[in-house]
Amino acid sequence: MDLPEELLAKIDEVITHYPESKRSATLPLLHLLQRQFGFITTESVEWIAQKLELEPINVLELVTFYPGFRQSAPGKYHIRVCRTLSCAMAGSEELMESLCREAGIDRSGVTHHDPIAVGKDGKFSIEFAECLASCGTGPVCLVNDDFHEAVAPQDASKLLNKYK
Amino acid sequence: MAESIQYKRGKVPHKREHRMIFRNIDRVGWDPSLATYESDGGYAMARKALAMDPAQVTEEVKASGLRGRGGAGFPTGVKWTFIPPANTKPVYLICNCDESEPGTFKDRYIVHQDPHQLLEGMIISSYAVGAHIAYIYIREEFPEGAVILEQAIAEAKEKGYLGKGIFDSSFDLEIYVHRGAGAYICGEETGLIESLEGKRPYPRIKPPYFPAALGLYMCPTIVNNVESLCHVKHILEMGGEQYAKLGTPRNTGTRILCVSGDVRKPGYFEVEVGTVTLGELIHDLCGGLHDGRTLKAVIPGGSSAKVLRADERFNIRQGDEQVEIGIEDIPMDFDTLMACGSMAGSGGVIVMDDSRSMSWVINNINHFYAHESCGQCTPCREGSLWMQKITDRIVAGTASPDDVDTLKSVADNIEGKTICAFGEAASWPVQSFIDKFRDELVADTDPKNAGKFVAPEGMLAAVGLK
Ligand SMILES: Cc1cc2nc3c(=O)[nH]c(=O)nc-3n(C[C@H](O)[C@H](O)[C@H](O)COP(=O)(O)O)c2cc1C
Ligand code: SF4
Ligand code: FES
Repeated sequence: MDLPEELLAKIDEVITHYPESKRSATLPLLHLLQRQFGFITTESVEWIAQKLELEPINVLELVTFYPGFRQSAPGKYHIRVCRTLSCAMAGSEELMESLCREAGIDRSGVTHHDPIAVGKDGKFSIEFAECLASCGTGPVCLVNDDFHEAVAPQDASKLLNKYK
Repeated sequence: MAESIQYKRGKVPHKREHRMIFRNIDRVGWDPSLATYESDGGYAMARKALAMDPAQVTEEVKASGLRGRGGAGFPTGVKWTFIPPANTKPVYLICNCDESEPGTFKDRYIVHQDPHQLLEGMIISSYAVGAHIAYIYIREEFPEGAVILEQAIAEAKEKGYLGKGIFDSSFDLEIYVHRGAGAYICGEETGLIESLEGKRPYPRIKPPYFPAALGLYMCPTIVNNVESLCHVKHILEMGGEQYAKLGTPRNTGTRILCVSGDVRKPGYFEVEVGTVTLGELIHDLCGGLHDGRTLKAVIPGGSSAKVLRADERFNIRQGDEQVEIGIEDIPMDFDTLMACGSMAGSGGVIVMDDSRSMSWVINNINHFYAHESCGQCTPCREGSLWMQKITDRIVAGTASPDDVDTLKSVADNIEGKTICAFGEAASWPVQSFIDKFRDELVADTDPKNAGKFVAPEGMLAAVGLK
């Protein structure tokens, strides 16, 4: 697997944060590789395992456990809409519906194990997230690393337009 | 100094607030840089601590009466003394910044706007417990927060406030940021520790795995919430005894209450513990309910806390007297909320007015717990999903009347039968909603009533029933 020098240096630096056990670096390495490739590939799992002297299953079991890791490509912009109570009371389900409508995303195939729906043009993907710890300003969502508060369902297209 | 602080428009603290931890939140001219923090007296308390004996620092924290702000309300100073005295292994400090209990939104602001306050609290606490490596476990959904913290750490390191011989003392300390990956169970301290070890975050059973004795890498580990660690700085500044005069006896200091749901002005309010009642919080600090609405229910301490019904009466002790109070009279402190059958938990207050369907609310909550169970214990893994499926049926109008009893029995068979307190967190909401709103839930099992929910369309779509 070809990784840029800069990323390799970053990986080596991160491992030093865990002098007691390299295994602790699994999560940070997964984050770095997901950022690099958009999702976690089998190659990435094997690469991390080798780097940290683990079995690939030790890495894969984290990928399949944590909602934060994906095994297939998301859209260029990945949206996470908070589903939990306070946001739902503020209209997050309606927000999800209007975002899907505006972005042309069909969520009908979504399941517990496959929670992400990607639009046809691959620009946006979307999923529900659980409480994003901003319950007083719901409905809230993340678009990649950007946090958006009080996004009214009728403002869905305004939000998407920021990512043209 | 205090008089000169100005806050951004629309973000001015309410007059009932006592801003200490949130002093710099929404402050005009404030930014997360070290220079700004130091221009306001920052890091003076870290210096002060390093000149003290570590045990003396712990004594101050004990004297302050500070109780953990992460959920359980356990006395912080007492927890620190649980590190075995004969210990020869390294000691770790972990800051719990997973902030994932639904309804809670306070640590977010500290991390994004005042990261050095947290670092200073962690430096003092690490020194007190003898930790030379400390981790901040931050939820992955705070990507910007993680960057801000990393920058703050780099700045502090450059100044010699972290690293070898900090503040020209002989004490070494490194603080590292560790990002989670979207799992609520990583907020539970032993799940967090497993996660930090690079494993699935399956919580450990207590006893024997109390982190203070057998924590990270089986070494003594102190896990504290972001807000708790910030308080440590102010305890040192005021002295434990003086700090203990804030708030009410046994419920000392200030705490940040986070209010969401059906109030005009939801938000965060730092108040002296127990000096504001639930009624004052709703009607005064939060500007009351929406026009024409009446109060129906309140979840007072994060979604795991038992719900309170608007017309409930409670018999509690106030001083030497036994008194009867209503829900709006409840002072927001640890002991009273517990006496009322719920808990102060994480400080997340969710207000519901008469427009809300309780079946819909508990179904939303059940979805959360079904999604977040780590799956290690059968009662929790299976039970949380069964509970979700039953309330899915109630919301869809396809339940049978005895489903409510089945729901109750599932919840009763989770509580107390699991490895970690998630089991209680998942069953308490169900038990309390049935206890307090049984008639409504049973009525909703009648298909004739299926249409009367507030937002059934969206909800049904969200759960895949439409
Ligand atoms: C299911 C579950 C989730 C929790 N989530 C959090 C959390 O997000 N943040 C937190 O500080 N504590 C959380 N806790 C409490 C922690 O286990 C632990 O008690 C706390 O971090 C200790 O810090 P404190 O003493 O300063 O409150 C959670 C507990 C449970 C059982
Ligand atoms: S109670 Fe639930 S969350 Fe806790 S260890 Fe058991 S299965 Fe996991
Ligand atoms: S419920 Fe959406 S941020 Fe908490």
